[in-house]
Amino acid sequence: MQRTRLIKIDPATRLEGHAKIHILLDKKGDVDQAYFQVVELRGFEKFCEGRPVEEMPNITTRICGVCPWNHHLASAKAADAVYNVDPPEAAKKIRELGYCAFFIHDHSTHFYALGGPDFIVGPGASPLERNIAGVLKKVGVETGSTVLKALRYAHEIEEIVGGRAIHPVFAVPGGVSKPISESDHEKIQEMASQLLDHAKHTVNVFEETVLKNKKHFEMVTDDVYRLKTFYMGMVDEDGRMNLYDGDLRVVDPEGKKLAQFEPKEYLKHISEHVESWTYVKFPYLKNIGWKGLIEGKNSGVYRVGPLARLNVTDGIPTPLAQTAYEKMYDVLKKPAHETLAYHWARVIETLYASERLLELIQDPDVRSTNVRTTPTTTPKEGVGAVEAPRGTLIHHYRTDPEGILQAVNLIVATTHNCPGICMSVKKAAEGLIKGGRVDGRILNMVEIAFRAYDPCLACATHTLPGQMPLEVNIYNSDKRLTKRMKRL
Amino acid sequence: MTNRTKLKLAIGLGATCSGCDIAIVDLAEKLIDIFNAVDVVFWPTASDQKLEEIQQLPEGSVDLCFYHGSIANEDNREIAQLLRKKAKIMVAFGACACHGGTPGLANLTTTKELFATVYGKTSSTDRSEPKQPLPDTPVREHSLHLPEKFDAVQCLHDCVQVDYYLPGCPPEVQLVDKAIDAILTGKLPEKGATLAPDRILCDECPREREEKKISRIHRISDTIPDQERCFLDQGIVCLGPATRMGCEAKCIKANMPCRGCMGPTARALDQGAKMIASIGSVLGLEGEEQMTEEEVKALMDQIKDPVGLFYMFTLPSATLNRKSIKK
Repeated sequence: MQRTRLIKIDPATRLEGHAKIHILLDKKGDVDQAYFQVVELRGFEKFCEGRPVEEMPNITTRICGVCPWNHHLASAKAADAVYNVDPPEAAKKIRELGYCAFFIHDHSTHFYALGGPDFIVGPGASPLERNIAGVLKKVGVETGSTVLKALRYAHEIEEIVGGRAIHPVFAVPGGVSKPISESDHEKIQEMASQLLDHAKHTVNVFEETVLKNKKHFEMVTDDVYRLKTFYMGMVDEDGRMNLYDGDLRVVDPEGKKLAQFEPKEYLKHISEHVESWTYVKFPYLKNIGWKGLIEGKNSGVYRVGPLARLNVTDGIPTPLAQTAYEKMYDVLKKPAHETLAYHWARVIETLYASERLLELIQDPDVRSTNVRTTPTTTPKEGVGAVEAPRGTLIHHYRTDPEGILQAVNLIVATTHNCPGICMSVKKAAEGLIKGGRVDGRILNMVEIAFRAYDPCLACATHTLPGQMPLEVNIYNSDKRLTKRMKRL
Repeated sequence: MTNRTKLKLAIGLGATCSGCDIAIVDLAEKLIDIFNAVDVVFWPTASDQKLEEIQQLPEGSVDLCFYHGSIANEDNREIAQLLRKKAKIMVAFGACACHGGTPGLANLTTTKELFATVYGKTSSTDRSEPKQPLPDTPVREHSLHLPEKFDAVQCLHDCVQVDYYLPGCPPEVQLVDKAIDAILTGKLPEKGATLAPDRILCDECPREREEKKISRIHRISDTIPDQERCFLDQGIVCLGPATRMGCEAKCIKANMPCRGCMGPTARALDQGAKMIASIGSVLGLEGEEQMTEEEVKALMDQIKDPVGLFYMFTLPSATLNRKSIKK
């Protein structure tokens, strides 16, 4: 007799070893547990021991080729702290400038190629259409080529500032390796203006395709995609959004501030729980404790990333993004628990990053040639944090007096979100699996819930253009495959 | 036009950061031309073909496979072996597939030590109930399986026969572009070749080199390098003399020394050994004969972490390449 069933959802990418989703049904055939399993470990925290700390910004970019910039900068900031050196203003601004270009690039890729198709083309559209080709058809060739051009510009700025776009090399303890030349300055300024147009347009596309479309909007606010958790994100000294530097703030599911602390104090607030069935750890709020994968005020589960950042902030320091932010919270209650509002927050942040990029390139400081302070103190210990596109990223290093690493701790964005991803998957499954009947739409629904986080497990199982293909295998208690459903 | 036989391309991946996928996407407009000439039969990062579809293809029916990432577990090996069987030409794409890459530094430790750190010693890990990932975790009457990590990271050629190497972390766009052109036009070199110039980076480096003798080694954290002069002349370790050219010296132009992601040239199989020879020939040569052993040692000790520095991208392909030796 069949007792419980295990449903396995394999993104095709997992076949090459990154992540799997398992859903376990109870005796009644309802959802018992959901497992979001990371199946690969490379162990940077161990093999970075023994390396000179100044090499870390270049070693840790190799954690992820999709989001190398956040690792490069979190690492450089941790190395600044290890050497207790404060980089010149120009260096900080040049780092942030390159970072803004990277953010625009990363967020736009997700919006147009990964998550966006769910809305722009529509969740009900054929999977054949729900990809970047479908998006281009829907928004028109002209817009499409503008988007591609914007991505190229962002990439070019990354390369000018970082030396290389993928795996940048410019950040060193105490600053950056070179100033921005006059001719490069001009080029960046020109491209930055165009990127702002691109961002404004992207917000419009979101409004047209989601807010003005009743069906799509209902999907955003559907209970299946709501998850009440704590939120964490970075704020500046005025409590407003900053992606490169600031305090970490945590708000509870009602939006009340639970804590605000300097990143170097993170160990007082965050701990990580280990499970035997996955290589990734589950971070939780120490004050609340690990209560398992449950929602609400009494569970230490918190979420990070675009929606979390908007939920914790008092506002956005650039005018257009601030207006867009206010508009979002006119519609959704703050803090917004709608997981699909991650997409909304992502386009607002794209606008912020574009405005900030333009602001920084027009700042006289970035023309300075004083871009490095050479460390003079004995290196010891330091924490560096930035907001990665997918959420808070923490690098923590301890060295011997020669600057050789003795201990390394990394908490990456997608790791913070892993408990939330597990719960979102479970919730979507609960909505669709009742009494053992598995609704065929589960493929789409789980995928949509999962993709809102833009999970990056290299940091990531990072899928590029096109939708993430899924396969659901249903096993009976003899572990015999009884049903297989496939997308495409 | 559409009936013309297109080249069948597979892009496979092992333990990777996916930067190589982005490098392929970076071909941007060129991609469109390529896709006119090529059918992508497998690219899990960007399209949706399933492994089982590949399994069903006859052997040798895929014209070309780009494989990126290293071989770090059972799953990686399985995919590499399968793609090797199906592909006429197998290209090791990027530093990890060619030489093991940065995650190959894990070979300085063992999986046991690695687990003890990641799931125990790391400062934010909850140690109240010590736990580690297990190959199989029972849940109800089912089991959740995790592929076991190998004790040593391997290059692609440790696992299957490799026809060509396309190095770089990630490979530069112009090299990928050239390689694809060569394949499309059938102008490939002899099998086993690396699809990049077989000369050292110094040959394309824009900096002035005087081959000065140096007695003091600087770290990139303790000095601000002159932008015109050779890094080695300034006492900063730069892997240029031990590294293949083809990257357009991008890091150097950003005022950062080379860390060797292109790997060695064909004449110097072990990049670290080549670098030691290069450093040895310039370090403290003057008055060397009069130096005591302690003085010589002090000179050499200025280079912090030579293994990590000289093999940042190539440890798994080095002569001595792992801490843990298979029984």
